[in-house]
Amino acid sequence: MKNNGLTGKLLSSPYIVWAVIFIIVPLGMVFYYGLTDKTGAFTIDNVTAIMSAEHAKALWISLGLSLISTMICFFLAYPLAAILANMNVSQHSFIVLIFILPMWMNFLLRTLAWQALLEKTGVINNILAFFHLPALNIINTPYAIILGMVYNFLPFMVLPIYNSLVKIDPNVVNAAKDLGANRIQTFFKITLPLSIPGIISGITMVFIPALTTFVISKLLGGSKILLIGNVIEEEFTQAGNWHLGSGLSIVLMIFIIVNMAASAIFDKDGEGSLL
Amino acid sequence: MSKELINLVDISKSYDGEIVLDELNLNIHENEFLTLLGPSGCGKTTTLRILGGFVTPDMGRVVFDNQDITTLPPNKRQLNTVFQKYALFSHMNIAENIAFGLKIKNKPKTYINDKIKYALKLVNLEGFEKRMPDSLSGGQQQRIAIARAIVNEPKVLLLDEPLGALDLKLRQDMQYELIRLKNELGITFIYVTHDQEEALTMSDTIVVMNQGYIQQVGTPETIYNEPENAFVADFIGDSNIIDAVMLEDKLVSILGVRFACVDIGFGRNRPVDVVIRPEDVELVTPEEGALQGMVTHLIFKGVHYEMEVMAGGFEWLVHSTGMFPVGTKVGIKVDPFNIQIMNKPASEDEEAAAIEE
Repeated sequence: MKNNGLTGKLLSSPYIVWAVIFIIVPLGMVFYYGLTDKTGAFTIDNVTAIMSAEHAKALWISLGLSLISTMICFFLAYPLAAILANMNVSQHSFIVLIFILPMWMNFLLRTLAWQALLEKTGVINNILAFFHLPALNIINTPYAIILGMVYNFLPFMVLPIYNSLVKIDPNVVNAAKDLGANRIQTFFKITLPLSIPGIISGITMVFIPALTTFVISKLLGGSKILLIGNVIEEEFTQAGNWHLGSGLSIVLMIFIIVNMAASAIFDKDGEGSLL
Repeated sequence: MSKELINLVDISKSYDGEIVLDELNLNIHENEFLTLLGPSGCGKTTTLRILGGFVTPDMGRVVFDNQDITTLPPNKRQLNTVFQKYALFSHMNIAENIAFGLKIKNKPKTYINDKIKYALKLVNLEGFEKRMPDSLSGGQQQRIAIARAIVNEPKVLLLDEPLGALDLKLRQDMQYELIRLKNELGITFIYVTHDQEEALTMSDTIVVMNQGYIQQVGTPETIYNEPENAFVADFIGDSNIIDAVMLEDKLVSILGVRFACVDIGFGRNRPVDVVIRPEDVELVTPEEGALQGMVTHLIFKGVHYEMEVMAGGFEWLVHSTGMFPVGTKVGIKVDPFNIQIMNKPASEDEEAAAIEE
């Protein structure tokens, strides 16, 4: 079957062309711009610019908010995933559907909807005012950003955890009980360790988009809170400094690669992956 | 017989209105190798799960050592289960797997280490402490699952089709292994299988089940040689099950021909089922035989020849070391003690109920 290799190459060529044009070349450009100055000479100033007070602050806020959001997502998602995993197929498929329904709507639209809901004279505050309740003033605060992140990224935490939970053989859990473990011992010694691949995968899939987002912070944080994503976006679209924007992107990429590497170590078989 | 250890009393269980077990009664003795045998859906696994505590019966009681344990959760019971497909903890190494139950019970470290060594020696897997379950073959994983259960010194070991996933040769080896283990440990084994050969090889007592009812309880010899009904006869080994009429004590009419037999107490002219094992059918010359017929199929099986003989309007299955080519005219002869007479159920529905008594 000598032909197989050749046919395989031929069939994958459209994707390879795609990958080169839209992934490899842009990545190369980011590194080129990030590591040169306006004259085209090599420099690492654009990368080390992350040390400046303004940029470092944006990075810390981004890391802080995405960590908090990831943790909230985890504590909301795990019980939900566990409940789903214990349901029979006809019950859970309906709930999974309800759960992923918002995901089919445009991300931007969902975030804009939250903006409309949370505004000072928005839907929620109108309802609160109607009942003479104190107004909710979280728009343009870190709370609104966390809310937006959790709302948008929660399904990405639920699904991998759910996937790893349903893969656990019920008899393994029964065996633990059979050997004398009570429910709490069974959970911490068996179920939780066996779902770690899903947890790691879920953390990756929430943390990375949360860390890099600029839309949620722009719409729900106003212009008061700058995340690292907003700083990079502004360098490209407003300041027109592609070199600095690329340099900061490289810094962000390092965080992403570290996170991905960690998840690859914990999830060798890819069993916690979303698809 | 040693003393009774477990009594199942009037156990009933149904799932979604479907009756799985119907007023099942069973007594299990100390140090017994008892096998629950039956086709899938006969209720054998449910019975085992009720014993293990994973299923609560709708009605009836489980009595263990004179104590009612019907509602006791699995972790409080003095029995351990070896699950189908092993159910090892894949995130722990072999030593951790075996130590699991002992650690839960807060046993001292030296005691646990001694137990791990002892258990691995018992299942012939010394030096496997640091291996991970995934790196072991199916047979080895099965031995670890057994080791993990027995270190807890249960009074009863429940085995749920433990050899089902193994290949034939390994399965036969493991059968001997299990018999040896049971003798060394001196505890009760309750074994679930659908494989009649496995049941015959290993058991002290076989419980044949079908449709939620116990069909027959007995030693392997009794079950094989004296099946109480057509289901048992058909399920255990090959057999010829023939309509017949019991003319009087020790005389039965099979396919219109009178045969001497040894059974009594069926009354006169009573319709019955007759079971004759294929190896008990003797092929002789037509003149010597009680029935005359012709060989229609012949297959070489290694130990014996398997033949089908059309005689008296019935296709007889015959196992014999003698070979008769297709088309040979033969006579059929059966010794009186090889004819097993069984009551005929009045109808298909009553079959199970009638057998229950």
